[in-house]
Amino acid sequence: MGRYLARRLLQFIPVVLGTLFLLHYLSVLSIQFNGDPIRALFGDRPPPDAVLQAMRARFGLDDPCLDTRGNPCLGMFLDRVGDYARLDFGIDFRGREITDIVVQRFPITLRLTAIALIFEAIVGIFLGVLAGLRKDKGMDNAVRVSTTLLIAFPTFVFGVIVQVFFALQIGNWLDTQPWSPLWLRNMFTPVYLSDYPWLSLVIPGLVLGSYSLASIARLTRTSLIENLRADYVRTARAKGMAQRRVVGIHTLRNSLIPVVTYLGIDIGNLMGGALVTEGIFNIPGVGGLIFQSVRLNDSTVIIAVVAILAVVFLTANLLVDIFYAVLDPRIRYE
Amino acid sequence: MSDVRSTASQEDLEEVPQGPSEGKGKDATRGLWGDAWYELRRSPTFWSASVLVAIVTSMAVFPFLWTSVEPDACFLAEHGREAPSLDGRWFGYTFQGCDMWAQVVYGSSKSLAVAVLSAIGVSVIGVALGTAAGYYGGFVDSVIGRFTDVFFGLPFLLGALVFLAIVPVRNVWSISGVLIVLGWTSLTRIMRGSVLSTKNKDFVDASRALGASNRHIIFKHVLPNSIAPLFVLSTIYLGAFVSAEATLTYLGVGFQQPDATWGLLIQEGQPYALQGSPHLLIIPCAFVVVTVLAFILLGDVLRDALDPRNR
Repeated sequence: MGRYLARRLLQFIPVVLGTLFLLHYLSVLSIQFNGDPIRALFGDRPPPDAVLQAMRARFGLDDPCLDTRGNPCLGMFLDRVGDYARLDFGIDFRGREITDIVVQRFPITLRLTAIALIFEAIVGIFLGVLAGLRKDKGMDNAVRVSTTLLIAFPTFVFGVIVQVFFALQIGNWLDTQPWSPLWLRNMFTPVYLSDYPWLSLVIPGLVLGSYSLASIARLTRTSLIENLRADYVRTARAKGMAQRRVVGIHTLRNSLIPVVTYLGIDIGNLMGGALVTEGIFNIPGVGGLIFQSVRLNDSTVIIAVVAILAVVFLTANLLVDIFYAVLDPRIRYE
Repeated sequence: MSDVRSTASQEDLEEVPQGPSEGKGKDATRGLWGDAWYELRRSPTFWSASVLVAIVTSMAVFPFLWTSVEPDACFLAEHGREAPSLDGRWFGYTFQGCDMWAQVVYGSSKSLAVAVLSAIGVSVIGVALGTAAGYYGGFVDSVIGRFTDVFFGLPFLLGALVFLAIVPVRNVWSISGVLIVLGWTSLTRIMRGSVLSTKNKDFVDASRALGASNRHIIFKHVLPNSIAPLFVLSTIYLGAFVSAEATLTYLGVGFQQPDATWGLLIQEGQPYALQGSPHLLIIPCAFVVVTVLAFILLGDVLRDALDPRNR
């Protein structure tokens, strides 16, 4: 295990640096080809050169390598990685510390991701088991059709439709009903309410998790069907073991290994996907921050936040790999 | 986009020893593709998905066959936001008074062009890098593997946002380019795995023992026997790319006005959906969903037909 861990960690570092470099190079290329974002801030009234220079220095964009196209600006990259390591992600165009903004917004995205993850794990595994146990029967077909449909809905289409026709309509209707409790009304809200940090995230969380839910249901189903055919299941049945025990203890445990892996990797994906959901439902999380920065063309924020999310994504993948090696010893001796 | 990794996890087709071109007459042993075609012909899902794909493709290539209205014939004052009606235009009018049916028909071409270009692009890269990594192994494999990891480390949507932020021109080529740059990783990994399992087959050893060159082995034996999973995945990717393009356009980094695409129609219709014009939102959404669904279903039946374990 120690050797596997060491090897995996050694692979992790160059990949993180590589991904950060990729992002860095993109931002550098953008400045070299499209011109300086600082200059663009002022529109068609050029400010005095001294002001421009001061602002460039403030945003760390005064490096002369930015004037030659295609130059990777390695010195700037090293500075940047050093800053990132000290958790200094620079400032946005309004002069606020990006680290502060992210720290303030991160809990919201985490809550949203948690709701999505819990929802997709419970419902997805449940549907997958139902379908897998009755292969080619009515329930199986229903699950297969509905998951395929769900996958065909791009998240933003699903989100927009749910927001407009579900959250808003039902919410408006609930508001007119004397019997409806306050918590229910706050759940069916088209926007984030900071007084109800969990309730008002329920519907966006369901939207965010719906896509992976379909994948999880299918994955559970395939994996369960494959394992139900395995020799050890036949042996367990031959011993006269009860169906509940055969499925619940023997088969399900083995079938859930790929599902757990998927869930782990999905944490990173959900945080990235939160961008669309948070944008649609106007949730002030990290994804909403990127959504906003895209509209404002604030590239420093985009690069910094994407870098943070990429590192989160890679770390989640690393943890999943290690966890997987703990669960399945064969992986370690690859 | 992330689901395709999981849906393609059962791609090994190693139980099929025959090459792909052995279908001779009815009773001769069919090859992998002959078998697949035999299965597909009997599948209603295959035919309905194919018909949908054919319809959308013909809309994209020959829009004038489907509508006689020009997409830029808009009458804001007369028809703005006019609802669908059976005796007028079935699909109603857009916010700007353009004919909705003409808009979605003409809007299909850009979405589909992006999807097809990107799918071809990722397949070419996936086959080239995946085969190189799987067949040569060792140093080549590690370099390609780490390179893949780096691109894989960027979550798809976030990466596409950053990439598109640096491209000032947003057209079919630049958007496809971005989707290719971010989409090739899974295909390369799948192809590598598939090549790895084919490479160790007896018939490859036999060919090598007879003195065949690497080039001959790759093109005559390894590629034909390991490319099936890639076909399945690229078909599913066509749907995924339609969806990705619409998402990026909706987010404001894809196609821009005055282009007509489904993503733009959805973005434009969203605010009015609640003000008595739900068709502005529902109709373009339905086109996106049906197109994506058709490609996913096609990929699904293709995978089932190509996987002998399912029989």
